[in-house]
Amino acid sequence: MDHATQTVNLRIDALRNTWAGPFSMSIDRGTCLTVTGASGSGKSVFLRMVADMDAAEGKVLLGDEDRTTMPAPQWRQKVTLVPAQAGWWAPTVAEHFEEKNKTTATELARQLRLPEDIFSRQVLRLSTGERQRLALIRALVAKPAVLLLDEPTSSLDQESVAAVESLLASELERGLVLILVTHDPAQAERLGNQTMHIKDGKVLPA
Amino acid sequence: MKTILLHPTDLSIAASLVIVDIALSIFLRLGLHKQIAIAATRMVVQLVMIGYVLKFVFALNNPAATGLIVMIMVLVAAREVAARPDRSLVHGQNYLIGLVSVAGATTLASVFALITAIRPDPWFDPHYTIPLVGIILGSVLNAGSIALDGVLSGVEAAQPGIEARLMLGHPYWSAMATLIRGSIRRGMVPIINQMSAAGIITLPGIMTGQILAGLDPVEAVKYQILLMFLLSGASGLVAVAVAYSAAWRLTDGRQRLRLDQLR
Repeated sequence: MDHATQTVNLRIDALRNTWAGPFSMSIDRGTCLTVTGASGSGKSVFLRMVADMDAAEGKVLLGDEDRTTMPAPQWRQKVTLVPAQAGWWAPTVAEHFEEKNKTTATELARQLRLPEDIFSRQVLRLSTGERQRLALIRALVAKPAVLLLDEPTSSLDQESVAAVESLLASELERGLVLILVTHDPAQAERLGNQTMHIKDGKVLPA
Repeated sequence: MKTILLHPTDLSIAASLVIVDIALSIFLRLGLHKQIAIAATRMVVQLVMIGYVLKFVFALNNPAATGLIVMIMVLVAAREVAARPDRSLVHGQNYLIGLVSVAGATTLASVFALITAIRPDPWFDPHYTIPLVGIILGSVLNAGSIALDGVLSGVEAAQPGIEARLMLGHPYWSAMATLIRGSIRRGMVPIINQMSAAGIITLPGIMTGQILAGLDPVEAVKYQILLMFLLSGASGLVAVAVAYSAAWRLTDGRQRLRLDQLR
């Protein structure tokens, strides 16, 4: 295998919009970049630009594949964003999961300390923390190469935070590239291999 | 049967009912009295004007004059379709969508009726063309504005769900399918209601008019059935056209949801 594609997985080159960026970095397979900064500093905008949900200038490559060479949905299947408040498009939880992913999803739900019958429940009746974990599972079962997480544990109790972190750690071991926005310096310390601090849309030098 | 002609005094007496509406609005603080007054005045002025215009155009019996009237009617309906939704697209794209869909659906339905079922001689005979286009436009306006409003006013509320699907790599049109389908369905509800209620709950306007004017009820019913079919076809066409073109204007080459296209 080509050395470059094997180790460098996500490469971001001068990614910017009218007020945020430029952002440049490369993140290896199996490593995690943590992004910190105050609310409104541009962390979520950065994630949306990487997922190609917001228009941006600059280049983003996965391995040696430029995202402009593939249709946007294909890019988002590989580089999946889970926003802080994930959306739901059907009344029950189960409708958000493909039949072929149900077994994996159930197993992940168990790992994340979600109740057994969670998939048959109504989305409207879920707690914020339950929704947050289900949105993470929904993204993980599709096996993305890169996962962009916007404060994935903000509404969770300590035990669930630990469960999510250990799940993420095992995904990292399997080669996932992770960009994690977090307000918790300890979490950044535990999971991050590199850190980026954003203020007013710009990267602050470490 | 002799047609009973109405006098201006008869109309003034009926107008007192509008005054009752206005009084109710003020009393119940509905905030509608200005709108009711404006709508009622508009209605009177528009109808009186069209009465004289039609009299003149019927006398001319000329394709260009007929075409001009039809074009003006289509433009006004397109404007109404575009202006009705709470939210609109930037750069006046509402008007373009309204015009193309309204003109397309109305032309298809009325030409279809004129060359197959009604076949007046000449085929553009304004006695048939103008009222036919008018009736079709009424339904098209209803269906088109409701469907357009469904997409434009619904998309913000639906944004989290739509974007969640986009983020998981679903194509834009799958992510939008629920909203588009719901909007088309809402646009079609009035004509479906109209068809199911026709004859039992309501006596449709055209039929009533023809009967009042002395036509045999069964003949009037045949006309009404033909019209209902035309209206349902035209409503469906315009709702589909409007919903899809609005959704198409809300995305870009990278299948994003572009709410910045909304005003």
